[in-house]
Amino acid sequence: MTDLTGRAAGPEVGSVALRIEGLSKTFGEHTVLKNVDLAVRHGVVTCLLGPSGSGKSTLLRCMAFLEEHDAGIITVYGEPLGFAPKPDGGRQRLPNAQVARVRRAIGMVFQQFNLWPHMTALGNVSEALKRVRGLSRREAEARAMSVLRRVDLADRAYHYPSQLSGGQQQRVAIARALAMEPRIMLFDEPTSSLDPELTGEVLSVMRHLAQEGMTMVVVTHEIGFAAQVASDVAFLDKGEILLRGLAKEIFAKPWHPRLADFLETYLDRGAAVLV
Amino acid sequence: MSLDLDLMIHSIPAALRGAGITVVMWIGGGLVAFAIGFLVALARRYGGRWVRWGLAGPIEILRGTPFLIQLFLLYYGGPFIGLRLEPYEAGFLGTSIYGAAYFSEIIRAGFEAVPRGHVEAATVLGLTRTQTVARILVPEMTLLILPSSINMMIVLLKETAVLSIITVPELTLVVTAIGSAHFAFVEALLLLALVYWGIVEAASALGRGLEAGLARYRMV
Repeated sequence: MTDLTGRAAGPEVGSVALRIEGLSKTFGEHTVLKNVDLAVRHGVVTCLLGPSGSGKSTLLRCMAFLEEHDAGIITVYGEPLGFAPKPDGGRQRLPNAQVARVRRAIGMVFQQFNLWPHMTALGNVSEALKRVRGLSRREAEARAMSVLRRVDLADRAYHYPSQLSGGQQQRVAIARALAMEPRIMLFDEPTSSLDPELTGEVLSVMRHLAQEGMTMVVVTHEIGFAAQVASDVAFLDKGEILLRGLAKEIFAKPWHPRLADFLETYLDRGAAVLV
Repeated sequence: MSLDLDLMIHSIPAALRGAGITVVMWIGGGLVAFAIGFLVALARRYGGRWVRWGLAGPIEILRGTPFLIQLFLLYYGGPFIGLRLEPYEAGFLGTSIYGAAYFSEIIRAGFEAVPRGHVEAATVLGLTRTQTVARILVPEMTLLILPSSINMMIVLLKETAVLSIITVPELTLVVTAIGSAHFAFVEALLLLALVYWGIVEAASALGRGLEAGLARYRMV
């Protein structure tokens, strides 16, 4: 097993970028996440796998503090996100300004793209640069344009989302998140609402990002992508992390029966050969 | 018995003067109604529980009672609580309040129809709540409610006919008065219907143009 509970925090590859300790989340009566521990390593890709309803998307949303966790502590590069531990063992809710500051390290890409339909691709990417970073319109658009170039969409900068294909929309959404220069990128099933022939262009952008050393957490059903690109894998089932470790070890020997079953369903559907 | 076309034609200038007042009451009242409705919708979305409850009651009453009765109460009942209004004032205020109740519901539903993810995207990117409302929610909501708002404006135009009962010299009052003076009720009502219909058609055409112009901003 790899050291996913490493103690060191810092910029070198393999150190802990985001740490989750004892996280629980319930919606009403329903417990979605039970006492989850996870360390996301800096500079590598972590994939969260698991069947539908296993809580992997909720876990990812907690990392962006879009869901407030009911117990546990999340730290992003050492700083607590949303809740800080108190000396007496409890925890306190941090003010929203603090949440926003820590969240600056986080970029997120959603299954449904969530582009703003009334703005062009360029408008979508430059909006937060103007409003949050305080850049002038010119600076913001110049930077937005260079990020759109990175996702190979400079020629679509003045198109509205409704005029773009799903794959192009998702690449704009990736550019929008990247423009803010986050230290960690979260991907919530980024290809699940795309036609199969459009998933490739999105996965290829993500592959490039990974090669550049971006810290990424990816919830995905693209087992092939996970096997090729992820360094670390966590497999969730019924709100718990059943196993985690290096992707190459986990995929080579899916010794846990639940994981083996899970992978089997993909192979049954003719998924690409793993590893 | 035949239609007195001559009378109808000669009544057109007077009818147009009345129509001018109708349009002022309608557009002016409609804009104020929209503005109040917008603020009410915002307050119901972001205000506390007491604000929500406090606003829900009056809206239900305004939507649940006839405009005619609201206007009567405002104009003839107002003086009992020290509210003495000229017919114009009562008419304008009445139209604004009545319209605001409906617009607040249209806008509230519009806010709710904006996908939650669009707001979440803004949140993760660091936009403040005010920025999110101003830059994301309001523009998206406006596009979504355009058809129902145009529809509401058409309903409101026809409701302004009720202002005649508190003696606002708008279209309905002016033209029915001509009809009474000449015992030519059918001609008057026919002319009245034609002018209203003309205004509605013009408004609808404007609305269609607006919707077509904004089509590219639509969600896929």
